[in-house]
Amino acid sequence: MSGPRGPRPRRVLSRGNVFVYGTLMLVSVYYLLPLWVMVMTSLKGLPEIRMGNIFAPPVEVTFQPWVKAWAEACTGINCDGLSRGFWNSVRILIPSLVLSIAVASVNGYALSSWRFRGSETFFVILIVGAFIPYQVLLYPVVILLRSLGLYGSIWGLVLVHTIFGMPILTLLFRNYFASLPEDLFKAARVDGAGFWGIYLKIILPVSLPIFAVAAIIQVTGIWNDFFFGVVFARPETYPMTVQLNNIVNSVQGVKEYNVNMAATLLTGLLPLAVYFASGKLFMRGITAGAVKV
Amino acid sequence: MALDSGAAHLDAAFVSVRDLTHSFGTVEVLKGLDIEVRNGEFLVLLGPSGCGKSTLLNCIAGLIEITDGQIWIGGRNVTWEEPKDRGIGMVFQSYALYPHMTVHGNLSFGLKNQRMPEDQIAARVVRVARILQIEPLLDRKPGALSGGQRQRVAIGRALVRDADVFLFDEPLSNLDAKLRAELRVELKRLHAGLGNTMIYVTHDQIEAMTLADRIAVMRDGVIQQLATPLELYDRPANLFVAGFVGSPSMSMLDGRIAGGRFHVGGQSLALDGYEGRAPGTLGAAILGLRPEHIAVAPAGVEGLSAVVELCEPMGADKLLWTDVEGRKVSVRVPVETSHPRGSRVTLAPAMGKASLFDAGTEARL
Ligand SMILES: Nc1ncnc2c1ncn2[C@@H]1O[C@H](COP(=O)(O)OP(=O)(O)O)[C@@H](O)[C@H]1O
Ligand SMILES: [Mg+2]
Repeated sequence: MSGPRGPRPRRVLSRGNVFVYGTLMLVSVYYLLPLWVMVMTSLKGLPEIRMGNIFAPPVEVTFQPWVKAWAEACTGINCDGLSRGFWNSVRILIPSLVLSIAVASVNGYALSSWRFRGSETFFVILIVGAFIPYQVLLYPVVILLRSLGLYGSIWGLVLVHTIFGMPILTLLFRNYFASLPEDLFKAARVDGAGFWGIYLKIILPVSLPIFAVAAIIQVTGIWNDFFFGVVFARPETYPMTVQLNNIVNSVQGVKEYNVNMAATLLTGLLPLAVYFASGKLFMRGITAGAVKV
Repeated sequence: MALDSGAAHLDAAFVSVRDLTHSFGTVEVLKGLDIEVRNGEFLVLLGPSGCGKSTLLNCIAGLIEITDGQIWIGGRNVTWEEPKDRGIGMVFQSYALYPHMTVHGNLSFGLKNQRMPEDQIAARVVRVARILQIEPLLDRKPGALSGGQRQRVAIGRALVRDADVFLFDEPLSNLDAKLRAELRVELKRLHAGLGNTMIYVTHDQIEAMTLADRIAVMRDGVIQQLATPLELYDRPANLFVAGFVGSPSMSMLDGRIAGGRFHVGGQSLALDGYEGRAPGTLGAAILGLRPEHIAVAPAGVEGLSAVVELCEPMGADKLLWTDVEGRKVSVRVPVETSHPRGSRVTLAPAMGKASLFDAGTEARL
């Protein structure tokens, strides 16, 4: 037997591969360079920074900027660093996360499985809500929060995050639930499970991936939020992002680049960790919300 | 036959669908449908895909809200009742097993919802698992089962509820041919053992013929004929039923009736011996003949002259495809006969077994 046989041999360094990997490498460098600069700068002392070579690794490594950013940097009258903002963000994030996912998933479930009278209309209204620019709603929401006595409080922000996350999360859940086989739902009804029984014992356990996706979207979204934080919080309830801004943009004294870099990295640590830990699921979240209205 | 033997213990209608209408939006899928299922009966709903069989079954189960009419089960009007309160068990075409639960969890889910004591649940699950021979699978998840095993579990989930009526929606259609034949026999045995009322939906006429006490043939949401399999096969009520039931299917000859004879092209046949009320003279009519009710006659006997086009060996016998005046007619012949392609034969239909239809109304004469 002569001629080709068995698996076709593959050339590792074909022209196409070189091109693809070369491009990827170039793009990675382009995006990783700022991160490199930030990390290096945050580990240098101010005198070394003034010498000017921003790409060079530190001659003398110091963690003082990190300590200062976390515990000593001043924002306005407080001088206890980012730690205050960090804990504020945590206290905003956890209830917002739980509340928004709980409400949106039940919403999506009701809309996809129990087509009640007017459910389509309700859904359309909800989706239209996603397209209303936030700016239009700012003032009404401020008034609403003030009349509820929640303006400036952590719970006010929780409420805002829950409400503004509702359209996109409901859409996400509804689409996922609608893709589950309808017979599953019917079988559970014959088996005597009711609205909550089906949700808790059937729908929720088989939909864990979409819950993870929703959690990722919400964690990163709420943590990165700056806008609502500025508008609806007070200095003592400012989330980490707002505090970071206040530190970096403070006009008094010398610009402490190393502290600013450390503060920025600290603030970005949680979303970064989430991206790294859940890359695939996150991609799924981005594509899942896109189709089937 | 099955009906005759069982007639003694069959009493009045157990499941009764009265004047049922169902529309999806503006599309009326079921149109004033009436059907009565007797206690202990195995009723098959047979019809082509999209004719409304699943819709009817879902209406009986209470899984979709009906537009108009009534559903009675066991002498109760259950029209407004929840599925769980109707005394039904249901098997879905897609199995619809709960993927995150073990087989045991799947079987016991409904019983747990009824708040049945644990020991009773365990006893029931074990009993059903034994009947269906799925005992070794109880701790597995559905993902780790083969298609046939999944279908058994789906049937088990319906059985374990001890329902009065079992509803099956094409339960075998996702299985391969061999497994389907096996499970078919098993279902029949199961019914014989349990004696529950069963309503079974299929588009497969062989399944319907083998399983049913009675078959309801549906088309476009209307029941065309409700009869025993034999009655359906021998005396189809209209052209649609005649064409849908039987494989290979009935040959149809379009012609006209005049002077007590059926004329097709230049040939004619005496209608002597036809069972129905064939009028002496009628315009257009259709003569339906099943392949086994036609004989290849020796020369000189009265019949239809035909040309052999093709011969299909079927194992036990052969199917002869012939051409009569431009119409296709198939004939079942013994394997040992030899009819070369293009040869001329005389076909002698058994008029006592034939079906005649009015070409206009398509109803049986
Ligand atoms: N949820 C639905 N919405 C709109 N039309 C439907 C729906 N379910 C079924 N139909 C339509 O009703 C008809 C009957 O469907 P079905 O009962 O599923 O048929 P079968 O089970 O006999 O194949 C089909 O024409 C189908 O398109
Ligand atoms: Mg169907």
